[in-house]
Amino acid sequence: MSELEAFRREVEDWMQANRPPDPGFLLPESFMEVGTDAQFEYLRAWQRKVWEAGYLGMAWPKEYGGRSRPQAYQDVVDRTMARLKMPFVTNTIGLNWAGPLILAIGSEAQKKRFIPGILSADDIWCQGFSEPDNGSDLAATQTRAARDGDHWVLNGSKIWTSLGSHAKYMILLARTEPGSRRTAGLSYFLIPMRVPGIETRPIRKLTGEHGFTQTFFTDARVPADCLIGREGEGWKVAMLTLTFERGVSGGQAGGLSRMHIGVEDVVDLARRTRRNGRPAIEDPWVRDQLVRLLIEDQGDRLCAARGKIPALCSERPDAIPLSHKLRFSEHKRRLLQFSIALSGANAARWVGDAAAVDGGKWPRAYFNAFASTIGGGTSQIQANIIGERVLGLPKD
Amino acid sequence: MSTTTNPAANGGPANTDGAIRAGDAPLIRFGDEQAMLLESAVAFAREQSTIADVRRRMEMPDGFEPALWRRVVELGWPGIAVPEQFGGSGLTLAEVATVAEPMGRHLMATPFGSTQQFAQALLAGGSAALQAEWLPRVCEGAIGTVALFEADGDWDLTRIGARAVRNGETLELSGLKTLVCDAGVADALLASVSLDGAPALVLVPREALGDARLRRDTVIDETRRAFDVTLDGVRVPAAAAITGEAALVALAMIRACALLIASAEAAGGIAGVLDVVVPYLNTRAAFGRKIGGYQALKHGCAEMLVGLERSRSHVAHAASVIAARGDAEVALRMAKVEACEGLLFAGDRAVQFHGGFGFTWDCDAQLYLRRALWLQSLHGDAAHHRARLADRLLGEAMPG
Repeated sequence: MSELEAFRREVEDWMQANRPPDPGFLLPESFMEVGTDAQFEYLRAWQRKVWEAGYLGMAWPKEYGGRSRPQAYQDVVDRTMARLKMPFVTNTIGLNWAGPLILAIGSEAQKKRFIPGILSADDIWCQGFSEPDNGSDLAATQTRAARDGDHWVLNGSKIWTSLGSHAKYMILLARTEPGSRRTAGLSYFLIPMRVPGIETRPIRKLTGEHGFTQTFFTDARVPADCLIGREGEGWKVAMLTLTFERGVSGGQAGGLSRMHIGVEDVVDLARRTRRNGRPAIEDPWVRDQLVRLLIEDQGDRLCAARGKIPALCSERPDAIPLSHKLRFSEHKRRLLQFSIALSGANAARWVGDAAAVDGGKWPRAYFNAFASTIGGGTSQIQANIIGERVLGLPKD
Repeated sequence: MSTTTNPAANGGPANTDGAIRAGDAPLIRFGDEQAMLLESAVAFAREQSTIADVRRRMEMPDGFEPALWRRVVELGWPGIAVPEQFGGSGLTLAEVATVAEPMGRHLMATPFGSTQQFAQALLAGGSAALQAEWLPRVCEGAIGTVALFEADGDWDLTRIGARAVRNGETLELSGLKTLVCDAGVADALLASVSLDGAPALVLVPREALGDARLRRDTVIDETRRAFDVTLDGVRVPAAAAITGEAALVALAMIRACALLIASAEAAGGIAGVLDVVVPYLNTRAAFGRKIGGYQALKHGCAEMLVGLERSRSHVAHAASVIAARGDAEVALRMAKVEACEGLLFAGDRAVQFHGGFGFTWDCDAQLYLRRALWLQSLHGDAAHHRARLADRLLGEAMPG
């Protein structure tokens, strides 16, 4: 038995033995849907437990709370958690976007100050990128940061702040050079959320759940050392963050970041539901659709495998990483939209209805799938990126 | 909005179905020697099969030039997956796929694919004598093909109308085989027949056939040559037959080989479509700007690219499984579906994206659209393979 296989068994045993009790309420699907304090505290306690067991930030340096082990170990943990349908770890923005960024370009002081709290879930992080007037167009950032002695003074507003009500810190992109345009004159900050002048207001999503906030900055003063990277070079830092967010670069702390619903779960649903008086899985149309989804799913798994073999990617090395988000998120949306068709007339029911199939999990998951096709750059922006950067077509 | 797409976090568990993921074997294997082979195959196809060459060869009676085939033979590719004892390189079908992809990309016309199916069928089910007679000749440049389809166009290779009847040590053949690729130039063909009530393959040398039994088909892909072959009155020695279990094994190998080569050619074809359409969109202007800047066209090309990436991944996986002598059925069918549908989409959209020019014979996009339909038509289209995959992955559907 290989060392990794032995480790996989160890993780599996630990997860089975330490599965947290049923909370008695519907858990959110990801860190973007954490709407109540009860949900938040349940998930925070779970992350702490996983970290204390040594299964989070395994590839991060020991001196900051990691384990200094090869990434393969963290990958084993993540896959095992998904397979066993464990709850997700909720500090995703800290673990997978802010954390790797700080480790990559932060000062020694920033690493010491921020990384341990990210892992233990003591310090929850949120992200201040999108603004009310510009969704996917990050370069249109208008939120201002003005230097005043030992402080920056923040004014403006950010939107779609996941975990905004619970976060202690935010990664923030703001305009530091008045009158600058587009990607010039922006700077990047690691700011505390609990200072006068920063307010958060919950946003209700299309699912009816809360989870995001809009964040308002009104003459909020944060210390000068909140800056990460050089003043005026915030765009570069934001792009680096996106490579972590989009999975183009490694370095994330890992940990399952959402409730996993895969094609195998939809196949299982098709075995449990009926269509035309038979199990839905015997219906020719259902079978054809399921196989389409299985082929897509397998295709993405195989792209990940091929992406690690340079000789098979030499023509367009960026094609697999830059198409990952589009492939994955659109597949997920199609999969979940299809899943609703397996409930017959009961597909008309919503979360909370006693007769809704699986508590209404499927239509809720479909609606939430738009988070991935819209967030982090819409699918249409992703298609532009592929067209322009991979294929060399003209800019819009 | 914030959302994660970290693959480690979102990749989720692999489908636990053993048919999709066989144990802990790597999903894709690709060694340094394969990388070198790919490099030379890419360069060779690009240099030896320019679009002008393709259009010139389309007009030639046999659809290819003997000189080009000689160069392919000098590179050792016909025998690449033939054991060294027969004069081959002793490699696997994975290397065949490596060579086939750039050939598909550049619509290179040679009897390479037909000959591979012929040779692999002999390797899988042929007698020692048949192998010893024909495999060394294949490595030296002999052309072989397979005659499987019949007038009804059925993809089930075990439903056979053509017959072989024993007469002492001779087999008397009858019936019609259709869409026999490269029969006009083949030194021998393996024809499926019904013998003693069971599927069999018989090796028919060109001299036993004569010209009169061949009628050239008019096919959708003009880079290809296919023929109807009448077997009536053909006589071959009984030793030329592959029968019983060996015949079924050989037929399955032909199918596997055909699916792998078609998938590789189709994946290459998508890359070929992008070679045609992207430069056009970067050149042609309308309403004051290059048309590639319009999202309606740009996004279509992005979708072609996504199809290409998925197809290449499926093909590389299928090639790896088949090279490791694993159960490749699921991988091959998935590769065929993904790559052929991807090429059909790409060819269809590329014709559209060329506007008025796309409607003309001179636009090269149509060559790939024709190739896509050709590849769909032989050995099962996407719907056919999805139905088989459903039986394999979801359990058999109840009849009715």
